[in-house]
Parts: sequence; C-alpha cells; structure tokens
Amino acid sequence: MKILVCINNVPDTTTKIKFVDNKAFDSAGVQWIINPWDELTLTRAIEMKETQPADIESVTVINVGRADAEASIRKALAIGADNGIRINSDTSDSYSVAFQLSEYIAKEKYDIIFCGIESSDYNGGSVGGMLAEFLAIPSVSSVSMFEIKDGKVVVKREIDGGNETLSVQTPFVLIGQKGIAIEPKIPSMRGIMTARTKQLTVVEGVACNQLIEFVDFDLPKAKAACRKIDAENVKELIDLLHNEAKVI
Amino acid sequence: MDFNFTEEQLMIQQAAKDFAERELLVDVIERDDNAVQSASHIKKLAELGFLGMMTDPKYDGGGMDTVSYVLAMEEISKVDASISVLMSVCNSLVNWGLENFANEFQKEKYLKPLARGEKIGAFLLSEPEAGSDATSQRTTAEDKGDYYLFNGTKNWITNAHLASTYLVIAQTYPDKKHKGINAFIVDKDTPGITLGPHENKMGMRASDTHSVMFNDVKVPKENRIGEDGFGFTFAMKTLDGGRIGIASQALGIASGAFERALKYSRERKAFGTEIFNHQSVAFKLSDMAVKIENARNLCLKAAWLKDQHLPYGTASAMAKQYCADIAMEVTTEAVQIHGGYGYVKEYHVERLMREAKLTQIYEGTSEVQKIIISRSLLK
Ligand SMILES: Cc1cc2nc3c(=O)[nH]c(=O)nc-3n(C[C@H](O)[C@H](O)[C@H](O)COP(=O)(O)OP(=O)(O)OC[C@H]3O[C@@H](n4cnc5c(N)ncnc54)[C@H](O)[C@@H]3O)c2cc1C
Repeated sequence: MKILVCINNVPDTTTKIKFVDNKAFDSAGVQWIINPWDELTLTRAIEMKETQPADIESVTVINVGRADAEASIRKALAIGADNGIRINSDTSDSYSVAFQLSEYIAKEKYDIIFCGIESSDYNGGSVGGMLAEFLAIPSVSSVSMFEIKDGKVVVKREIDGGNETLSVQTPFVLIGQKGIAIEPKIPSMRGIMTARTKQLTVVEGVACNQLIEFVDFDLPKAKAACRKIDAENVKELIDLLHNEAKVI
Repeated sequence: MDFNFTEEQLMIQQAAKDFAERELLVDVIERDDNAVQSASHIKKLAELGFLGMMTDPKYDGGGMDTVSYVLAMEEISKVDASISVLMSVCNSLVNWGLENFANEFQKEKYLKPLARGEKIGAFLLSEPEAGSDATSQRTTAEDKGDYYLFNGTKNWITNAHLASTYLVIAQTYPDKKHKGINAFIVDKDTPGITLGPHENKMGMRASDTHSVMFNDVKVPKENRIGEDGFGFTFAMKTLDGGRIGIASQALGIASGAFERALKYSRERKAFGTEIFNHQSVAFKLSDMAVKIENARNLCLKAAWLKDQHLPYGTASAMAKQYCADIAMEVTTEAVQIHGGYGYVKEYHVERLMREAKLTQIYEGTSEVQKIIISRSLLK
C-alpha cells in the first residue's frame, strides 16, 4: 500500500499569537512545526512501515505551502517518510488546501491518505472531509487506531460512549486523532542524515477560487488573575462563587 | 559572518530538547536521589544516535558536526547532566579518539559498535595521584613481548560500570616520563579488572563513576593506539575536543537554571507584584542572560573552529573554563531567585547547582584551563 500523509506547517503551540491590523496573522519571529495531529498520524504511518514493510510500500508526505514549510517536510523525511511533495501555493482557507491537494492526488495513486483531525492554527477540522469529497472516495474520521491485518485495513474510531472498529476498503481518507500513535517520533541522527538524500518535489499549485475573506480576528479575553482565598475563609469562597462567578 | 543555524542543526537541537523533556525530566530528581541511571534512557539515547552523533557514517556514526553536538549537549544538560556526561564521554573522548588515532582494524572492531550506541565507552586517565598532573601516571603497561601487562588504579571513571570498551592511558617506560605513556583499547571484561564501589557524589549522582583496578591484566599488543609513546599526546588532543562537550554541558546547566529562574520570577509574587518587577531580581536575570550568551558564543566558536579543521585547543579551554565558572554563578543565583523553594529538590535548581560544580573540576579544572590559556598567550 502507498500512504500519503498530509502535513500542515503551523506555529509552535507556545507561540504568542499577534495580528497585523486584526486582519492577518503576524508571522514575525514565529517558530514553525508540523501540526501535532499530522505528526501523530505520520508517526503511525512510519511505525507501520517499519514493523510491516510487506504491507506498506511507501510513505509520502505532502504539504500545500510556500518554501518556508520545507523545514517541516524535511523533518517528516528525517522521521522516516520516503519522499516529500510541496504544492507551491498560498493557503487561504481549508477549501483551498483541500482543493490543491485533491488536484494533485487525483493524478497519482495512493491507497490511504492520512490527515490530522484538525490543525492547531485555525482549527477548521475540515480539510480531510473535503478532500475525500473532492476525490469522491470514503473517509473515516476521529481514527484513534490504525492497523493492517492480513492485508486488510482496520481502524478504530471514537463514538459517543465507546469505540467502533471498522474494516475499510482502499482508497480512503483516514482522519486521525489522538491515540493513533502514542507520541510523535523524534528523528534520529541517522534519520536526519538520510533525509539529506530523500526527494522533495515541488509542484506548482493550480488556480483556486477564493471563497472566504477574513474580516476580523479577536484574541481571547485576558484571564483574570488567580485569587487565593484563605483556607479558613470558606464563607468568602462561597460568597464569591455565588455572587461573582455565579456558578453556584 | 553567519550566526544562523542550518535547518539540520535546528532539527537536532529540537530532537534533543524533545528527548530531554519527554523522557528525562519525569524522574530526574528520583534518579539523582537514588544515584541510578536508567537503562531505557541509555537505550533510547543510543537509538536516536546521540552516542555516536559526530562519528563518520563510514564507521556507523551520525556524521553530524560539532556545532550540532553543542546544541544537543546544551538541551540534554538543561534537564539531566548525568545523561549528558555519558554522551560527552562517548562522543568526544572515546569515539573521537578512536576515529582520529586508531587503525582501521581497531575502528572496525571497536569504533563501529560504539558509534552505533550498542556499546558504551569510558576514558581512563585520572589516577588517585594523577589528576591535574596527568603526566605522573602510575598505572603501568609493561611490554611483555606479545602483550602488555597492566597494573595500577584509575580513579573517578565515568561510565566505568556501563562501558564495555575502555580507553586506558598507562606508563610503559617510566624513565621516559610522559614520553613513555601509551594509550590502549581494553575490553572491560578482561581478567584482572575490578571496580570500586559507585562513588557517592554531590551532583550528577546518577552518573556511573567508579575507580578501576588493574591487577596483572593482559592486553593484546594490537590494542595499543598509535606509535609507541603516543599516549600522552593522544590524551591531550582528545581532551581538547572533550572540553567542548563539557563546556556545552555547563552551558546547558546554566541555561536550564536560568529558564527556570526566569519563569519563577514572573509567577512568584512578593510585596504585591511578581518578583521580576523588583529591579534587583530583574538585574540578576539580566546578568545571567549576558553570561549565558557569552558562554554559548564561546562554545559555538570552539565547535566551529573544530568543524573548520582550524586549531581549537585554546578556544575549547576558554569555553570550558568560562562556561563552567558561569554555570556555578548562574545556578547559585537561580537558587537565590527561588528563595526557599530553590533550596528544596522539587524545583530542580539546587540539583543544577550541584551539577555545575563538577564542570569546574573534571576534564581539567578551571585552574588547569587557565594554565592552558595563559600558555597560549605567550606563543
Ligand atoms: C565525577 C567525576 C567524574 C570524572 N570522570 C573522569 C573520567 O571519566 N576519566 C578520567 O580520566 N577522569 C575523570 N575524572 C577526574 C577529573 O578529571 C579530575 O578529578 C580532575 O582532573 C582533577 O584532578 P584531581 O581530582 O586529582 O585534583 P588535583 O589535580 O589534585 O587538584 C586539586 C586542586 O588543585 C588545583 N591545581 C592542581 N594543579 C594546579 C596548578 N598547576 N596550578 C593551579 N592549580 C592547580 C586544581 O585546580 C584543584 O583545584 C572525574 C572526576 C569526577 C569528580
């Protein structure tokens, strides 16, 4: 099977978020990382390739973005992906990302396309589903376990109050979430060294309608400072919870 | 001049940081208390390739440059210097010494498994009566025709128990003084080698330190490194590079303590405000930041010189002395900024302070570095 893993390049989760004129994200001084959910699905794909090489022919990573995303692609190669593709295009919204990906993937043949459940930047959570629609193939979302048993793909997904296990036919889009791998793989020195010779192909994006315009961004309201109440003073605590926080 | 790191160097730095924060941090206090190292950490360190990261891929190493090594050492030392000293001994003393001075047969047999991290190495120079004055070696390696016969005691040997490959410095021709010293590769399980108990140390308590006794130990002739009498030069050249490892360890200890102190100063309140807003605390942090910046620049300069194949002995002595000395100053201030909380184990800074002290002592004390530096001024 050939696996394609879609990876988004996002600001490090500890980044202090700022905007330019409240209209666009200010990327000055930001450190970029692979979207954590994508990194987990990538980790699982690579674990599978390492433990069941007979089942997995290759793991390719793909990103829609500009050249500054290449550090993330190369990290994916260092972790163990076989090759990388960057679709050279700006990404204005989920639709444009899914569209660019589908235009490229439609021409190639992959058995499973991995996406993370959402990106930690805009949290749209919609690229995987849209991509499957554009490609007219099934998708399974919220996947927290992925295996290949006797040549068959088995996934587990979380549903309200439990899990369901599905056997899935390929090709399909797997939308992974926490649990699919325990923690993201750390690249080894050998991995970093071999990544030097792995192929990173850049393909030009296609024209894509802009459907969304950002009007405004608001930062969350600053949290009020934590107030400490003396352990002896239960009355004051109850009073505050009742009258100020209005939670009891 | 370019102060930027390459994408690969940044990736290595991040890998070391992730490893340290995810794997080492959880039980570092406990391991320090109990003075034990965790086998699973060493295995992981080996799997990630950190034990042979600078060795040429031709000998199964990672082929990374010294700058990457400094970045990785700093990140790991921020969290656990007992692990980073193991890494430093393996990379910059044992593997580097073998790669540069051993013959092909020795490299094939000993360097490759070390570079893959399957085996651990130790460097045996110091003796009970020969520390700073490494010329007065009393361990003897008598030439017996087809083998060398070892007798004597080595002291304070890092990795002595964990290691299977020892690089041992010993005296073959006592009358020739330091020109009679040789360096050897010795299998730790050779009959006649015994270890003293694990040293009960002030800091880096988990690091594996023992004295090693040689009692009529037979070492094959083919295990001598280089020409007859090359041992002292071997040790000094190897230590030049080793100092970059310990310098970056000291840097990491300092920056680890600094990061904790900065964070604490922005959370802890006294007199109605975060203590960072008291100028004497802010200025302490400012002084610490400048020292760390200087220290990092010295380490990176020495590493860069080494990578460019330019002379780096003085630069590495400067880096070692400065980084170790400021590590002691910075960690002491970090404890001070934490107040009473700094004096208990939970907040890590007291441990970092105990660890910093060792960096002023091993691989040449700060005084010895000043001897090296001052002598270079007259050249
Ligand atoms: C935990 C630990 C791990 C170690 N690991 C190793 C290892 O793996 N392999 C190894 O070979 N060694 C190792 N060492 C040994 C270490 O390198 C020595 O302890 C160090 O070189 C100092 O030697 P010494 O202890 O004999 O002190 P001494 O040489 O006796 O020095 C005592 C004091 O005198 C000062 N002094 C000595 N000579 C001079 C001088 N000429 N001018 C000014 N001051 C001077 C020193 O700076 C020091 O302050 C380790 C030591 C420790 C504590």
